[in-house]
Amino acid sequence: MCQKLMIETGQSLSVKEPLPEGKYPSGQEAQETIAHVSPWQEIWQRLRVHRFFQWGAFVLVLLVLLAIFGPLLTPYSYDGTNLSEGLKPPSSEHWFGTDDLGRDIFTRVAYGARISLWVGLAAVSGSIVVGTLLGLVAGYFGRWIDTLISRLFDIMFAFPSILLAIAIVAVLGGGLVKALIAISIINIPTFGRLVRSRVVSLVQEEYVQAARAIGLGHAPIIFRHILPNTIAPVIVQGSLGIATAILEAAALGFLGLGAQRPTPEWGRMLADAREFFQSAPWTVFFPGVMIMITVLAFNMLGDALRDVLDPKLKT
Amino acid sequence: MFQYTLRRLFMLIPVLFGMSVIVFAIVHLIPGNPAETMLGERATPEAIERLTQEYGLNEPLPTQYVLYVKNILSGDLGTSLRSKRPISEEIWPYLAATIELAFASMLFAVVIGVNAGIISAWRRQSWFDYVSMLIALIGVSIPVFWLGLMEQWIFANELHWLPSTGRDNARDPVQAITHLYLIDSLIAGRWDQFLDVVRHLILPSIALGTIPMAIIARITRSSMLEVMNADYVRTARAKGVKGFSTVYVHALKNALIPILTVVGVQVGFLLGGAVLTETIFGWPGIGRYIYEAISFRDYPVIQSGILVVATLFVLINLLVDLLYAWIDPRIHYS
Amino acid sequence: MSKKRLEVSKRFKASFAKHSKTSAIVLLLVVLVLSLSACGGAGTNGDKSASEGQDQGQDQGKTKEKVLVFARGGDSVSLDPATVTDGESLRVTKNIMEPLLQYKPDSFEVEPALATDWKVSDDGLTYTFTLRKDVKFHDGTDFNADAVVYNFKRWVDPNDPHYAEFEYYQSQFGDIIEDVVAVDPYTVEFHLKDRQAPFLQNIAMDPFAIASPEALKKYGADFGRHPVGTGPYVFEEWKPKASITLVKNKDYWGGELGLDRVVFTVIEDNSARLNALKSGEADIIDGVLPNDVASLKKDDRFQVLDRPPNNVGYLGFNTQKSPFDNVKLRQAVAHVINKQGLIDAFYSGQGEPAKNPMPSTIAGYNDAIVDYEYNLEKAKQLMKEAGYADGVEVNFYAMPVYRPYMPNGPKVAEAIQDELNKIGIRTKIVSPEWAVYLDETKQGKQDMYLLGWTGDNGDPDNYLYVLLDKDNAGGSNRSFYTNEEVHTLLVQAQQEVDPAKRMELYKRAQEIIHEDVPMIPLVHSISSLAATKDVKGFVPHPGGSDKLTNVTIGQ
Repeated sequence: MCQKLMIETGQSLSVKEPLPEGKYPSGQEAQETIAHVSPWQEIWQRLRVHRFFQWGAFVLVLLVLLAIFGPLLTPYSYDGTNLSEGLKPPSSEHWFGTDDLGRDIFTRVAYGARISLWVGLAAVSGSIVVGTLLGLVAGYFGRWIDTLISRLFDIMFAFPSILLAIAIVAVLGGGLVKALIAISIINIPTFGRLVRSRVVSLVQEEYVQAARAIGLGHAPIIFRHILPNTIAPVIVQGSLGIATAILEAAALGFLGLGAQRPTPEWGRMLADAREFFQSAPWTVFFPGVMIMITVLAFNMLGDALRDVLDPKLKT
Repeated sequence: MFQYTLRRLFMLIPVLFGMSVIVFAIVHLIPGNPAETMLGERATPEAIERLTQEYGLNEPLPTQYVLYVKNILSGDLGTSLRSKRPISEEIWPYLAATIELAFASMLFAVVIGVNAGIISAWRRQSWFDYVSMLIALIGVSIPVFWLGLMEQWIFANELHWLPSTGRDNARDPVQAITHLYLIDSLIAGRWDQFLDVVRHLILPSIALGTIPMAIIARITRSSMLEVMNADYVRTARAKGVKGFSTVYVHALKNALIPILTVVGVQVGFLLGGAVLTETIFGWPGIGRYIYEAISFRDYPVIQSGILVVATLFVLINLLVDLLYAWIDPRIHYS
Repeated sequence: MSKKRLEVSKRFKASFAKHSKTSAIVLLLVVLVLSLSACGGAGTNGDKSASEGQDQGQDQGKTKEKVLVFARGGDSVSLDPATVTDGESLRVTKNIMEPLLQYKPDSFEVEPALATDWKVSDDGLTYTFTLRKDVKFHDGTDFNADAVVYNFKRWVDPNDPHYAEFEYYQSQFGDIIEDVVAVDPYTVEFHLKDRQAPFLQNIAMDPFAIASPEALKKYGADFGRHPVGTGPYVFEEWKPKASITLVKNKDYWGGELGLDRVVFTVIEDNSARLNALKSGEADIIDGVLPNDVASLKKDDRFQVLDRPPNNVGYLGFNTQKSPFDNVKLRQAVAHVINKQGLIDAFYSGQGEPAKNPMPSTIAGYNDAIVDYEYNLEKAKQLMKEAGYADGVEVNFYAMPVYRPYMPNGPKVAEAIQDELNKIGIRTKIVSPEWAVYLDETKQGKQDMYLLGWTGDNGDPDNYLYVLLDKDNAGGSNRSFYTNEEVHTLLVQAQQEVDPAKRMELYKRAQEIIHEDVPMIPLVHSISSLAATKDVKGFVPHPGGSDKLTNVTIGQ
């Protein structure tokens, strides 16, 4: 028993990332802890020592701090133009240099962190709510409802997603919120399929059958007995989904379909800076690095969460 | 097996049908009128009226849809409003450009990804493992367009090693026959042109291939580890089959299925999702074609373009499923 | 149990052989790719010299060809000039097909092309053209009066099998041409229903180029992919969104050409296009950003070629809608626009401040007009008189696409917004997608908007009537300006064949327009091309497309 547990932990952890096994509680320790604490506490115990979680959370905290306080650190505003100060390289005055209109890139990048974090979180929340609902309904009721919803997911999945997002933004009319909605829509099937497959197996479980047998209504069964058991994979997928959403938002911004000027959305900043790439590389460099760091942080969190919550789940 | 294939093909019908409805709806919901967009600053009310008439946009929507589906069923993808040419004739060069790019990207992704994954699994917790997995993690986090710009900056602008845009040398263009330039240049017997085409492919295919490469490296590593712990591999090791070949051959065989799944899905993404890479590298591919059609409101091109890409995506996934059976005879489809 | 494992492991061994082969191939490929990039790297080191070396290598087999690579920002839509309106198409067709008359290389003055001579009847209703003899289309068929008649029929008659939905024909001639008759093989007569002052200007436009009737019949709707004309270059290949290749017309009536081959390549991104010039991938590029002009001028490997302004970028008002139906308010705005400042900031000085809706190179330009000076006090006074002492809130549409007359609409809008704040006009800048922008400004949703116009034929009618006549309200006149007096003047001018009298009418119209301020002309911009010093004889035409007859490259 003990050996088996160790293999499983060892496998699932090291499969996903390359940290030495010694960093984790050994099988025995883990087992002892389990005996004393609730499942959520146990998860927290394991998460806390996960190297990726530590790094991801650390970066994320920094980003949140930057988003909140960053713009306050400089005397500039994100949209205050000053043509005579255009395209200045990084200096003590302008840490990340200035763009063509003389705006401080650090201020803009910091402000952009608010936008990207908010877009990522909001878009994924939307996908999760709609996707989970559809998945629950499809998996629980089965039959034609399942067929209908599953086919819908198939269709959306077969769409080239970025083109679908572009088309949706075109319909909705551009702007940050519209881009967010488009991203939310294209990611619905990911969560929908995940939840559905989980629900399909849960419905077969004895306790659900039992709940049905005693005449419990659909709603209580779904929300009390099934939903809680689908949360773990959704959380894992959610944190990875935020990473994807931020990338997609930046891509739409880069194509000029996301946030409107002068909103300092990172993708948009990159696109605007492109023509000065050769004369002023910093205008392109910093927004890109920020996107990468943010996405990386969410990916690390997602990996860590997957190891801890749902070792079976794969990319 | 044959029956299974047939059934899967049959199941494509509702998906493609549903897709055509959705695309049609989206396209006509997009504000802005193609006639106006084509005319731009020059639009006069009469000209707009005339073009609208010509495009058949005065018909009620259901009529337009029925006509569209009818045409599709008879193999007619419609006519581009902008170039006034049949889409079925026009689309191939774009598709070929993207296919060539996707192929090169996948080659890069698979070669680097699979090998990195195997070595990482084999030398687990070595510095190689750490570094390659870190790169893989960064690889899935990097924005494609930014990576592309950085590549251009370093390898084209600063070092002058590789061309930054296009598919071939404008001074000595490849004679397009199949529109797959790798093949066309060989047909022409022009080895120098072939090399030129390859050099144009390098930067964009690295940009486009990085995400699949990272995903493949990670999935390869994890499936390899899983398989390596399996009884038979342990046995093989115990029996004296030593070293790298054990891992490489025995385990890879079984790890191939998840890898293949990822490859299948990613190829699909590459076909439709290359629009950013194509934008950065001036690659005349299908992503750009559809993207421009969206901005010009070229309805038939948007509809048929997306339909073609989606069909390819679904077919590739079907092909992957069929490959499973070929690789692992233990899998049966019924 | 162990037997089964043994079997499994056997199968693996068998597959090992197979796989090692594949992996060997894969390995080989890797090596190949790496070595390619490496030798490519070595070969292209030190940007220009190497690519030249490469060229020589390729040319050794053939005789030394003179190839001009012209890199531009967008692809052509079609090479049938009769079906397009975009500059990227016409710039290519101009070198394949020719009209009866053409513009001089650097102005809009007409000169003979396929017609050597022309006569106008006294009533101004009949034009007689004498055609050039011994001219052949690229497909070997003869150019003659029948060919001209065939082409005009195709443009006019919707029942013609090769009828072209011809935007330019409609806009320039409408239904004014009664008939086109071949008098003899080399004489053609045009009968008009009404006098049209700019008739010859129109005839010389690129879209009215004569195509080979045989080719039209042969290719039908696909003629746009197989253009056949009489021009200096013969169409060879078109790779969509990549390149169009033309080769020298050996029998060109205009004499020997300096180039063997012209390749128009598409490089959408501005900085990438500039790079292509610097690395030797292109010989000449257009759409050089104002920012880059200065550094190119300093570099002695390159020359900057300025295209004379033939456009206007303007700030328009919706004159039918409150608050800008109020002329005082419009005048107030005119007093706070610093045109030179805008030109310095967003055009890098590459442009002239505009006071009329058309550039000074156009006949009939009214130079007597004095522009509204920058004057905050006066503007505030006018605000008061207009009844907006407390200010007003309006929307401001800023065009989202690049045009030479408006390189960056949203940024220009931001700058103007700043100024308007000072007199209490608070603007909300909207910059939707281009298609939506066109749609909404046509519907009149805008209070203020940015747009512009590029001239077609160098005639004042092509600016004033198009942009500000009530006939075009809601179309090209997005200010919805419907002044009856201006309308009368403009329509009168269309029929006035006496140039002096005609110009007077236009000058008067410009005065009224200046008073009324339906739009504030901002700039006549100069767009720049850049070429290597090897390129000789390239004269940028104000119309935007250039005939490459006299261009040569190298020695």
